[in-house]
Amino acid sequence: MFTHLLSLLIWLPIVGAVPVLLAGSARPNLARWLALLFMVLTFVASLFLLPQYDAAQGGMQLVESHLWIASLNVHYGLAVDGISVALILLTTFVGILVVVGAWEVIQNKPHQYMAAMLALEGVMIGVFCATDALLFYVFFEAMLIPMFILIGVWGGPRRVYATLKFFIYTFLGSVFMLIALLYLYHRAGTFDLHTLAALPLTFTEQMWIFFAFLLAFAIKVPMVPVHTWLPDAHVEAPTGGSVVLAAVMLKVGTYGMLRFILPIVPDAGEHYAWLVIALSLVAVVYIGYVALVQEDMKKLVAYSSVAHMGFVTLGIFIAFLLARGLGDVDTARLGMQGAMVQMISHGFVSGAMFTCIGVMYDRLHTRQIKDYGGLINVMPWFGFFYVLFAMANCGLPGTSGFVGEFMVILASFKANPWIAFFAAFTLIIGAAYTLWLVKRVLWGEIHNPHVAEMKDINGRETFVLLAFAALTVALGIWPEPLIHLMDSSVTQVVQQLAIHKI
Amino acid sequence: MITLNDILVLLPEFYLVTVACLLLLLDAFMKPEQRHWLHWISIVVLLAAAYFVVAGQPDVTVTAFGGMFIRDQVSEILKVFALLCTVLVLVYARPYLRERKQFIGEFYTLMIFAVIGVMLLVSAGNLIMIYLGLELLTLSSYALVALNRDSSLSSEAAIKYFVLGALSSGMLLYGMSMVYGATGSLDLAQLHTVATQSAMPNLLVFGLIFMLVGIAFKLGAAPFHMWIPDVYQGASTPVTTFIASTSKLAAFGMAWRLLETGLGGLSQHWQPMLAAVAVLSMAIGNLVAIVQSNLKRMLAYSTISHMGYLLMGLVNAGPEGYSSAMFYAISYALMSTVSFGVILALARAGFECEEISDLKGLNQRSPWFAALMALALFSLAGVPPLFGFYAKYLVLQAAIDAHMLWLAIVGAVFAIIGLYYYLHVVKVMYFDKPEEGGADQPQADASLRVVLSINALALLVLGVYWGPLLGWCRHSFGLG
Repeated sequence: MFTHLLSLLIWLPIVGAVPVLLAGSARPNLARWLALLFMVLTFVASLFLLPQYDAAQGGMQLVESHLWIASLNVHYGLAVDGISVALILLTTFVGILVVVGAWEVIQNKPHQYMAAMLALEGVMIGVFCATDALLFYVFFEAMLIPMFILIGVWGGPRRVYATLKFFIYTFLGSVFMLIALLYLYHRAGTFDLHTLAALPLTFTEQMWIFFAFLLAFAIKVPMVPVHTWLPDAHVEAPTGGSVVLAAVMLKVGTYGMLRFILPIVPDAGEHYAWLVIALSLVAVVYIGYVALVQEDMKKLVAYSSVAHMGFVTLGIFIAFLLARGLGDVDTARLGMQGAMVQMISHGFVSGAMFTCIGVMYDRLHTRQIKDYGGLINVMPWFGFFYVLFAMANCGLPGTSGFVGEFMVILASFKANPWIAFFAAFTLIIGAAYTLWLVKRVLWGEIHNPHVAEMKDINGRETFVLLAFAALTVALGIWPEPLIHLMDSSVTQVVQQLAIHKI
Repeated sequence: MITLNDILVLLPEFYLVTVACLLLLLDAFMKPEQRHWLHWISIVVLLAAAYFVVAGQPDVTVTAFGGMFIRDQVSEILKVFALLCTVLVLVYARPYLRERKQFIGEFYTLMIFAVIGVMLLVSAGNLIMIYLGLELLTLSSYALVALNRDSSLSSEAAIKYFVLGALSSGMLLYGMSMVYGATGSLDLAQLHTVATQSAMPNLLVFGLIFMLVGIAFKLGAAPFHMWIPDVYQGASTPVTTFIASTSKLAAFGMAWRLLETGLGGLSQHWQPMLAAVAVLSMAIGNLVAIVQSNLKRMLAYSTISHMGYLLMGLVNAGPEGYSSAMFYAISYALMSTVSFGVILALARAGFECEEISDLKGLNQRSPWFAALMALALFSLAGVPPLFGFYAKYLVLQAAIDAHMLWLAIVGAVFAIIGLYYYLHVVKVMYFDKPEEGGADQPQADASLRVVLSINALALLVLGVYWGPLLGWCRHSFGLG
């Protein structure tokens, strides 16, 4: 029964979008309940991955492969390793919270909103499972359409600009990836990622393919200097859109690096690792400072996302320096592991931060920091959660934010102390912008009379925040299960990038 | 000497000619209120013709009338899709024509004659046959464009179309005469064998250039695209739909016959020329489309850019490339019938639904038709998982396989630019507020709604299940 588990995970939400859409605007509650039902079913189905996936053994498991286009040797190939399993669980988990979070908030055409969310979820799961490059590309691009609609229909005042920028920016990166994939197909006669990983390529070929891949994934992550779509998209997106974007969609970029850059063009990756590391450090330090001066809460968290994703790219590319430059595979594993934990942790923390901002926005309809202040006096429970997530965002030990960053800094110290020095800046800057945000929003006197009328979070909102909080704390105190789940896969990724292809 | 075999090979064409003449008679004796019968009869006739084509599909290539007519798998596929697209046009056209008092018999007979032209053109084995098929198609098209004779815009478009069309036919004929002079043959198969050892290679290449001009004109590829925007905008929407779908299949068929079946040996000459035309078409089509405010005109420029992509497949000059170009032509025909079909469905008496702003807020008034249009637009833009993406992917692959990586990169860059104007229409439909006098819930009849929905959903279904169609295209060019 589990042979088609991955297909089930992909298609259940996508097919579920149809009845939700058919429920129509006349029966919004039916649409909401149906959407929740399908999200919960998908989540439950994804839980079966844990017993089915043998973490000790590692490698690609639960393989499904059917010939899709016989004449071109294109396969409908799905499989997961530990990293994919963790990301799929994150996706299905966030999916439920997004539907619950939007329950009363989305009044305009809720059925279309929910259907778009379901379709998006299925496609994102598809990205994390695909083992055929063309299939990956199809899922990778198909994500854009529902997100485009989500931001454009339910977004803020400048939504049209933001959503067009988001779509065109991402499309720009990915078409060059398509050209690179077509070139690889031209050489190998297949899109199978496993075969492509074994394909010998000259350095010139690797270089061009590397930059095509890097452009596509760097835009998605996003890395400096192609991050400018993210603040716009986040600010204008509805809360649910922001949560999915930050929690899951950004991870697609770093996941793509793991699956494409590392195994297919390792030599170019090593040669240009300094570039990616430098850009990651710029993201950590410079974007941290940019976040500090933001006056819009969503923008602040968006910039902090860029900074935190900088840690993920840093952890991935530091592995090149360590494993290939210094031959220190164990530390490379540590850095890679840190990057993976940071990915999952950032999924929870950023999702929670955007949910918090959504809660405030629903009450006061402004995201400007200066409009708030003294919130703790009227919303004590909300304040509790907000402070918790803020602490996780600046990487306080005991929260999930700490684990990943700590591991990456530790690993980068071995590669080059200067890298660690700059990476560690985040401890100061991250704390500065987050604590200052908390200070201006939660503490102090109430100076805006509307704030005094704000009501504390209701049961629905408490549920969402509590779910995020539980995982943030659990992952901070006991990250072992997650690390164990991904351990053997991380080892394989590191081994793969150490292979010279020239 | 005409044998029974010749008649049998041409059976679908003979059948259509006979029926078209009968319909002409029938129409003359028909009362206006009975005319809806003509509509249904025409559809059945065309579907039956498609059935004859499929049922009589030969395993091997057969010729008739001494090589004048070739019946092979390529022509069969093109004919089937040309007939199907014409059926779609007829279904989408009926409510539009009735509301505008243009529901006349000539429309149907002219359509059928144009399709016969397409069928002869894609099966031509001789330069004369190509010219005859082409003229039958274009003369019927001129008349169709001029059918709305009370409209000055329509008449202007028809005259432009006619003058430029006649000019390009002249070019084509001139090129053919030079090719004949250089080789002494009009038969495509003989041309193929003697072209490489012609005693007058310069004359041959000169003729080839003129023929390329004719081909580019029929496709609507830049720099011979001038007629496309005016004709698309000026012709009544059903006729535009026909020109954008069936005619494109025919143009591909003609290009393939002339360039490969006839002058395949000269591919090193026409490859760079086609590549240049492809780049120009993608550039002009995509850039100029951005500034259009008229939806039909925008789609016209989008056609020009799509023909650039189609040519990218032909540039490959091998069976892989031809099959990808044919796949592209079919996908483009199916996508454009949807986009124009939605315009036809939304049009009502006194409202053409031609401006992009007419679609404002369509999602609030008619979510279903907004979704169908969005499917067509995303597909035209080449966003996966829709049908149009795979067509683009195949032609890009064909360019890379032909060692023209630069061409593929140019195509990719213009795909990004093209994305903008398709997204702009989606934006108008989904993100803007509806306006008074804009498109509303369509009152179109049930057959249009059902067929259009199937046509649009097919773009999604074929986006997942495109293997069989590709396999069919590849098989027809002798690939596994």
